[in-house]
Amino acid sequence: MGKEVLKMRGIDKVFPGVHALQNVDFTLCEGEIHALMGENGAGKSTLIKVLTGVYTKDEGEIILNDNAVSIKSPQDAQNLGISTVYQEITLCPNLSVAENMFIGREHSTIRNWKKMNEDAGKILNELAIPAKPAQQLASCSIAVQQMVAIARAVDMDCKVLILDEPTSSLDEQEVEKLFKLMRDLKAKGVGIIFVTHFLDQVYEVCDKITVLRDGQLVGEYEIKDLPRVQLVSKMLGKELDDMSDIKSENAAYEKKANETPVFTATNLSSTEAVYPFDFHINKGEVNGFTGLLGSGRSECVRAIFGADRNLSGEKTKDGKQVKISKPIDAMKKGIAYLPEDRKVDGIVGDLSVRENIVLAYQVLKGAMHPFSKAEAYKFADEYIKLLDIKTASADTPIKSLSGGNQQKVILARWLLTHPDYLILDEPTRGIDVGTKVDIQKLVLKLASEGMAITFISSETDEMLRTCSRLIVMRDRHVVGELTGDDLNQNKIMSTIAGGESDGK
Amino acid sequence: MNTKRRNISDTTILLTITIVVFFAMYIGAMIFQGKGFLKLQTFLNILNANAALILMACGLTLVMIIGSIDISVGGVAALVSMCCAVYLDRNVLSPEKNLTPGNVAVSMLIALGIGLAYGLVQGYLIAYLDIQPFIVSLAGMFFARGMTTIVHTNPFNVENEAFNRLKEPIRIAFLGTVNKKGKLVPAKIEIGVFIALLIVIILFFVLRYTKLGRSFYAVGGNRTSALMLGINVKRTKFFAHLMCGVLAGIGGYVYFLHVGSGAASHATGAEMNAIASSIIGGTMLTGGVGNIIGTLFGVMSLATIQSIVSSAGFDQAWWTGITVAAMLCLFLVVQSIVIARKKKSLKKQ
Repeated sequence: MGKEVLKMRGIDKVFPGVHALQNVDFTLCEGEIHALMGENGAGKSTLIKVLTGVYTKDEGEIILNDNAVSIKSPQDAQNLGISTVYQEITLCPNLSVAENMFIGREHSTIRNWKKMNEDAGKILNELAIPAKPAQQLASCSIAVQQMVAIARAVDMDCKVLILDEPTSSLDEQEVEKLFKLMRDLKAKGVGIIFVTHFLDQVYEVCDKITVLRDGQLVGEYEIKDLPRVQLVSKMLGKELDDMSDIKSENAAYEKKANETPVFTATNLSSTEAVYPFDFHINKGEVNGFTGLLGSGRSECVRAIFGADRNLSGEKTKDGKQVKISKPIDAMKKGIAYLPEDRKVDGIVGDLSVRENIVLAYQVLKGAMHPFSKAEAYKFADEYIKLLDIKTASADTPIKSLSGGNQQKVILARWLLTHPDYLILDEPTRGIDVGTKVDIQKLVLKLASEGMAITFISSETDEMLRTCSRLIVMRDRHVVGELTGDDLNQNKIMSTIAGGESDGK
Repeated sequence: MNTKRRNISDTTILLTITIVVFFAMYIGAMIFQGKGFLKLQTFLNILNANAALILMACGLTLVMIIGSIDISVGGVAALVSMCCAVYLDRNVLSPEKNLTPGNVAVSMLIALGIGLAYGLVQGYLIAYLDIQPFIVSLAGMFFARGMTTIVHTNPFNVENEAFNRLKEPIRIAFLGTVNKKGKLVPAKIEIGVFIALLIVIILFFVLRYTKLGRSFYAVGGNRTSALMLGINVKRTKFFAHLMCGVLAGIGGYVYFLHVGSGAASHATGAEMNAIASSIIGGTMLTGGVGNIIGTLFGVMSLATIQSIVSSAGFDQAWWTGITVAAMLCLFLVVQSIVIARKKKSLKKQ
């Protein structure tokens, strides 16, 4: 291993009400891939943001190549050779791909478009990124946008590359490409900090792991010295055998003969280009949509919920035909939907936890039937306790909560409406292992109490643990349904891949 | 064909729409309204009358690209007109003293100074203290209008030889026409038109080829991203407002050159016309999309429709208002349809 390129010593950061980082040390060597692990709220993001100048540290020092540096803005960080790729795309959608790669780090005041496009083209080619330099960024898929962000970071001749959950929007092939890129960079002596929730990925590419918990350093480990189970227990601060528990609970669901399905849809299609499909779900059942990224999983449930305009199809609820053309229709029929992108579709950042929890219930009751503040507090406290939401109080603005806890608040919001049928679209994306397990358990518990649940996740093993029936999608078509013994990784893969000739 | 279409940016699409609509409208006017619009001088008169608006709309385009707004430009124009008028024709304030008239060059500096001061103060408040641009420029507008009245209450025409010479349109013989009597009538273009076109060219270059100009687009596209990309967002916002202020100052002076008088009611509603022109020119209020050439055509479209309306006999102000409103609506709808279609075609791929 090379010499130490970056040392962070005794970093301290306090936010109002939260001690986000307490005396944290972090060391990165040349040519190593270093995983930064921890639950949501452990302080990973804060540490990264201190390093990239988004936040200023309250105490501690940052030493880059043996020189103490002060990083006051993202620009400073860039100039010092610290590049970052964030989970959320931090590029400008209105600019071209090439421009996004070079803006903010040009030396000349006058732009040479031709040269810029040529340079960008070269880099894109080298990294095999399917985008044209002159193309507007907004016209690229999210995955390609992420690759462009990485291309930008890579081209900056950086000494330290920070990848903050870059893989959460990428599919497997793209992740592979990214890993190859990371290994190439490592060979060139770049130190890489890799933040991710995917344990597999950590063990695939990383050399070292630093674990944070509750804003404190747990330790730094060589990857070979730290088996997965131990890593998870270090992150959680407790031993974990919950995973195995869940599996056994799964068997509990048995379909009763001749039961009226809670919800059915026939020949349903929507404006978001989902081909007509049939769907049904029974009381107490957990089913799921699976398929590659962009195969139409979310679009299907959005069509069910009426979030996208339906082009065709009939829906029944408890055997009776219903018309659901808007989300409010679905809510009134006892259907709840937890959207995929919580930042965009879910939380109202400036409102408090309490207000976010009672939001859907209030909408359902109608503005003419307000309920008292005391009642709202009662609901909020009840669900904060039930779901173990980590918040200072019910009045804390939701945006100051960690991702996993925000997700729980949204879940609470929908549970409060007491739905018969709950749709969860990627409820566990971007949240830590502990909360993931909590949510999976909760799903199974709700189902055992009779709720019908559709669960979508991009992690197949999570789907396998929770769902008793899987609907497989490919290119916006439903291509198969798996139950019972067919519920395994291989079968899913072969169904997704199968009969390529009829796909497009 | 699809791949080719993908490369066209939103800005280019909107610009194309604006230019096509402008030409369609003007050619339509030539065919249906006949004579007047066939003359070059009619077109030049539209330019003469709207050079100031072009400058103000350019400023608005800059701030709208960064996702901000400035509604003080009309007020600034009035203040500039009044200050310059009072300076150039000092006898208005105290006729008995019979002072020598003011220097034209100094009056230009006054105009620039007022614009610069506005840009600096508003830019600072908006960019560095993070105050809502609408509120800041609303206050700026009230302040400018109030100050105008304090400087001098009654409208008056400027008596200043040097200024009146400058004010005279430039006569260009080779663009002229021969009238019925066989006499050559040269084309008349005011100096403000040259200033406006020069600035349009400069700004086109700035927006397309300079670091600063590109930063405007980045900040307007996504402010957080721009920050993460290493752009000094605050400074970028500051410069956009600074330039808008200076352009309002220059625009005010060009306005003053056109009308040759000072009055508290000058350029009333000019900020709204400037915003409308920018939007017609393909600038989006949400930021990140816009083009200075589009703005030029936006102003010309707005002015053309106004002169079509008045030459068709509907010369009451409300008809103009209604037509402009209809046109704005039309443009916005066309813009959103085109952009929505483009997004849809992308999704299907």
